[in-house]
Amino acid sequence: MVVFHEIRLHGRGGQGTVSAAALMALAAFEDGFEAQAFPKFGSERRGAPVEAYVRISRSPIRSHNQVYCPDALVIQDASLLRSEPLLSGLKSGGLIILNGEAPADLETDAFHWFCLPASEIGERHLGRPLPNTVLLGALAAATRWVGLAALEKAVAKHLSKKGEAMVKANIEALRQGYGEIEEQEAHCS
Amino acid sequence: MKQLLEGSQAVAEAVKLCRPQVVAAYPITPQTHIIERLAQHVADGELEAEFINAESEFGAASIVLGAVAAGARSFTATASQGLLLMTEVLYNIAGLRLPVVMVCANRAVGAPINIFCDHQDSMAVRDAGWVQLYVASNQEALDTLIQAYRIAEVCGLPVMVCMDGFLLTHTFEPVELPSQVMVDAFLPAFHLPRALDPQRPTTLGGASEADNYMEYRVAQQRAMEGALAVIEALDAEYEDQVGHGHGGLFQGYRLDEAQTVMLGMGSLMGTVYDVVDKLRDQGQAVGALRLRCFRPFPAQALARQLGAVQRIIVLEKSISVGGGGIVAAELRAALHQAGIMTPVESVVGGLGGRDLTADVIEALFQEMGPDEAGAPFRFAPDRDDLPSAKAIPKRKRDEREGVDNG
Repeated sequence: MVVFHEIRLHGRGGQGTVSAAALMALAAFEDGFEAQAFPKFGSERRGAPVEAYVRISRSPIRSHNQVYCPDALVIQDASLLRSEPLLSGLKSGGLIILNGEAPADLETDAFHWFCLPASEIGERHLGRPLPNTVLLGALAAATRWVGLAALEKAVAKHLSKKGEAMVKANIEALRQGYGEIEEQEAHCS
Repeated sequence: MKQLLEGSQAVAEAVKLCRPQVVAAYPITPQTHIIERLAQHVADGELEAEFINAESEFGAASIVLGAVAAGARSFTATASQGLLLMTEVLYNIAGLRLPVVMVCANRAVGAPINIFCDHQDSMAVRDAGWVQLYVASNQEALDTLIQAYRIAEVCGLPVMVCMDGFLLTHTFEPVELPSQVMVDAFLPAFHLPRALDPQRPTTLGGASEADNYMEYRVAQQRAMEGALAVIEALDAEYEDQVGHGHGGLFQGYRLDEAQTVMLGMGSLMGTVYDVVDKLRDQGQAVGALRLRCFRPFPAQALARQLGAVQRIIVLEKSISVGGGGIVAAELRAALHQAGIMTPVESVVGGLGGRDLTADVIEALFQEMGPDEAGAPFRFAPDRDDLPSAKAIPKRKRDEREGVDNG
């Protein structure tokens, strides 16, 4: 079976958007896929819009182009929807993992939205309103492209230098993000 | 065992495996992660080297010049304006025939200031007397770095490993690192017989006048010509002993019976290969050639490889302003010298990080440029053809950028 998923992550400088992309790729790699993650920086400053990309495939990935037609979007800050063309290129039926709520005036029908208060959940676990690992858990639950166990391993590896407490808190955040989406799905079906 | 590493980290691990005794650098985006990682290795006691945070790139280059002259294997890395600031020292390193190895994390040159990838920085110093190897993946970056020390020390020439800034340096992708035992077997300890030694005082870098200055340049040119065979042989030896080969001087992709061939350097060639696959599936006789070794320029080997091709497109990420495509010009000269009169279409693109997408590359294969008949070269892609341009209506974009169409 051909597997080829492209993900685009949007956030603001300081929200861990680039780290989230790396963690997703590490998890996919852990699950036996070829994977690639890279950022597109503007000026590297807190608060500025940041994009990062992930590719997951069964075969080696040769392209180093940006992701223009993603299968899934992760949006770490809903306010970006008002100023940036975030939905550009998202495939019809594509998934959107959104921190917060979609603006009421947005045309939302073509896509599959998963909304959750990731900053609040992040603050509960990390002491700071960091949404990235919560949204990664949600992404894993919504797509099933990587397993939660692989994500947890990726977090443990990638954040090992930040200490055990930080790893543990981020794994809790992942799990809650994952759980939120499972619960939403259960309500829908 | 494969691991998923950021390109900068992969290169830093490769540097560590080569056991340099001196690492000197000045931080500049997008080279920083390489140097940060090496500084960490030194601080953690995992790399027994002196790490010197220089006061400028000029200083960093001067430090590795001195360190190698004293017989210590050394490493530095830079990009963009940093490389330009090194220029004077780069010439000196090459003229003194010191086997320095550096990474250029390829980045555009200002003005305007721009941190993203093109090849203008390393192309600007192409005549300095350094071997230049351009890599297309993080695996190739780390393998080439290890090969670079051997090439440098065998040929008595400095080697610049050119890896695309951000596109490789900041990208996580799977790589396989060789073991220390394998690298030690491939790369013997550095020994410079003419190393500076206070016990045996000698002069390095004395003056030379008209009666013998030129002979130094002749010797450099001969060493560069000889490096062609060394680069090819060492890539093969590395593949045999350590794991991954990368084509030697250049890597052909689906060249069998190809009538149209696109030639380029660096990570953009991954996309070119994908486009070649697509067009081959449609029955088109297309292929690609990735130039890995730009200095020395493998003129004869390229002419042999491309002699039977009907159409050649060179897509490159730098420009000699007022001239045109640099690689294209060298290829034209190589073909002409070999008596091959196939026209070479020269396309300059991807400057300052502008993405060369599969659509853009496919269009280059499909259509000759509108003014191809007479023009020596052209630019691609036009800004109105960018995916980001399509996302925002033109009027809104102009408002945002303050463009007045009235």
